[in-house]
Amino acid sequence: MPLPKVIGSEIEYGITVQNDRDFDPISNCVLLVNSYEDNREAQILWDYDQENPLADARGFDVEGEKYTPNQQENIARNKTLKNGARFYVDHAHPEYSTPEVTNVLDLLAYERAGERSLEQARRAASLLLPFNNVLLVYKNNSDRKGNSYGNHENYLLERRTPFKDIVEHMTPFLVTRQIFCGSGKVGSENRASPCDYQISQRADFFETEVALDTMVKRPIINTRDEPHAEREKYRRLHVIVGDSNLCEVSTYLRMGVTSIVLGLIEDGEITKNLSIVDPVRIIKEVSHDPSCKREYQMERGGHMTAVQIQQEFLAMSLRYFSSHEIDPIIKDVLVRWESVLGRLAEDPMLLAREVDWVIKRKLIMDYMSKRGLDWKHPQVQMLDLQYHDIRPDKGLYFLLERRGTVDRIIEDEMIEKAIIDPPTDTRAYFRGECIRRYSDSVFGVNWDSISFNLGEEPIKRILMNEPLKGTKAHVEELLDASPTVQELVRNLTS
Amino acid sequence: MRITRHADDALAEIWSAADQTRKKKSGDGGASEDEAAAGAGGQKKVAKRGEELKEEMDSLIEEIDEVLEENAEEFVKNYVQRGGE
Repeated sequence: MPLPKVIGSEIEYGITVQNDRDFDPISNCVLLVNSYEDNREAQILWDYDQENPLADARGFDVEGEKYTPNQQENIARNKTLKNGARFYVDHAHPEYSTPEVTNVLDLLAYERAGERSLEQARRAASLLLPFNNVLLVYKNNSDRKGNSYGNHENYLLERRTPFKDIVEHMTPFLVTRQIFCGSGKVGSENRASPCDYQISQRADFFETEVALDTMVKRPIINTRDEPHAEREKYRRLHVIVGDSNLCEVSTYLRMGVTSIVLGLIEDGEITKNLSIVDPVRIIKEVSHDPSCKREYQMERGGHMTAVQIQQEFLAMSLRYFSSHEIDPIIKDVLVRWESVLGRLAEDPMLLAREVDWVIKRKLIMDYMSKRGLDWKHPQVQMLDLQYHDIRPDKGLYFLLERRGTVDRIIEDEMIEKAIIDPPTDTRAYFRGECIRRYSDSVFGVNWDSISFNLGEEPIKRILMNEPLKGTKAHVEELLDASPTVQELVRNLTS
Repeated sequence: MRITRHADDALAEIWSAADQTRKKKSGDGGASEDEAAAGAGGQKKVAKRGEELKEEMDSLIEEIDEVLEENAEEFVKNYVQRGGE
């Protein structure tokens, strides 16, 4: 691999208040993020000065209005946590962005830490609501009424990687990877053709191949060019096409396999043209075929199934790693990817312990056959929604997890640690530790900077352009030698 | 015979478990072929395991009923989100 992959995820959750006729999502999101106990008293701004979400990877800026809330509102809506994550209000949804991590096991730990942090905040927030009102949070991506909210994955790449290579190879990869990481959905929406059950929550919402948008006319390849790192050196691929997963194997494969394929693209090792004719139509067709048997027309001629396309990417990856060094996590991802694809080719229902859309489909079908219901029944739609409920006692995924009928990848201890501590091997360590140690003096934060209030002196901003600097190995000694923020700034700048 | 859903979830699960330890025959190998290969003792085991799985499923459905939100129709109708991202 040309550089260790720095990755992270941003999850928007669904939110509602039961028995509240005048439910206002934004005020309840604000209540939720301010109910989280991590660092409740801290007055830290999210530093929008560093952000430019309107830059386009194809090389031009797009006109539009940048959203910069005033300071008090900014503090109310944005919480940077001691583990280096960001928990905030994005439009009308609570969102949890993991800190930057270097591998998919850590990604899983921080993403699941986010679920637990939101649940803790939800319980605290519910106490402040009128009797009978219950604040509910869902880790899903659609309300089944044509409204979708995102799961965004971030992958740090070298700037020199031509964007056209990314578009060419990632399009067929992203169109087909849902077979092992879709979260499943009863019915269709957004004018897609009707169906009982489909693989992906998000596929119905993708309307174009390549664009900057994330909210309307969503593209399979998002071109936002905002590296949150040194611009000349890096780009950050922002993948918006995925579902939020509950089950660990799906998250692990989704981001693990995507990292591997991106590494191959960077090294010019994708040697086959796997482009599919009309990917925008096909992403929906793949989603609408739970048998995974349908064949799609390839640009180079001939037809392939989604499983076969993934198997081609797998074969190229295996070939690549036969002559390159491989770390144990990547090796494990490859082994699982191969095994899951094999069973998808045989019978997808064999994956009822590992793949979200299969787990949920089996749960619903068992329930339907026992209770004599069809796909249109409100209880079936309720099962579909409640699978994603983040309450451990009510969420149906968590019920299965408790019963031991779904496979796990990481231990609970790893998740609990990730709630509290930042990763040690990225700049998130410096961010998280600064918030832990100098909370009162942290003025503002962004992914690539942190600024301090030194009292009489002007605000001092420390740039963190290198995601792999500011690690524990780099800065722990310096932090230990700096009991006050003044000393820290002096030590950093001297 | 291919395994279909509904009736044969239990068998599919056995297959899934068996698949961890050995490669299944390719082609159209179905439940009957597998059972024959396993012999009469195997058949009993399969039946016993099938019963266990049925019990597990029954207890799962009961547990779901305990936690499933009431007034599903109203609940689902009221779950409306603004588009995000």
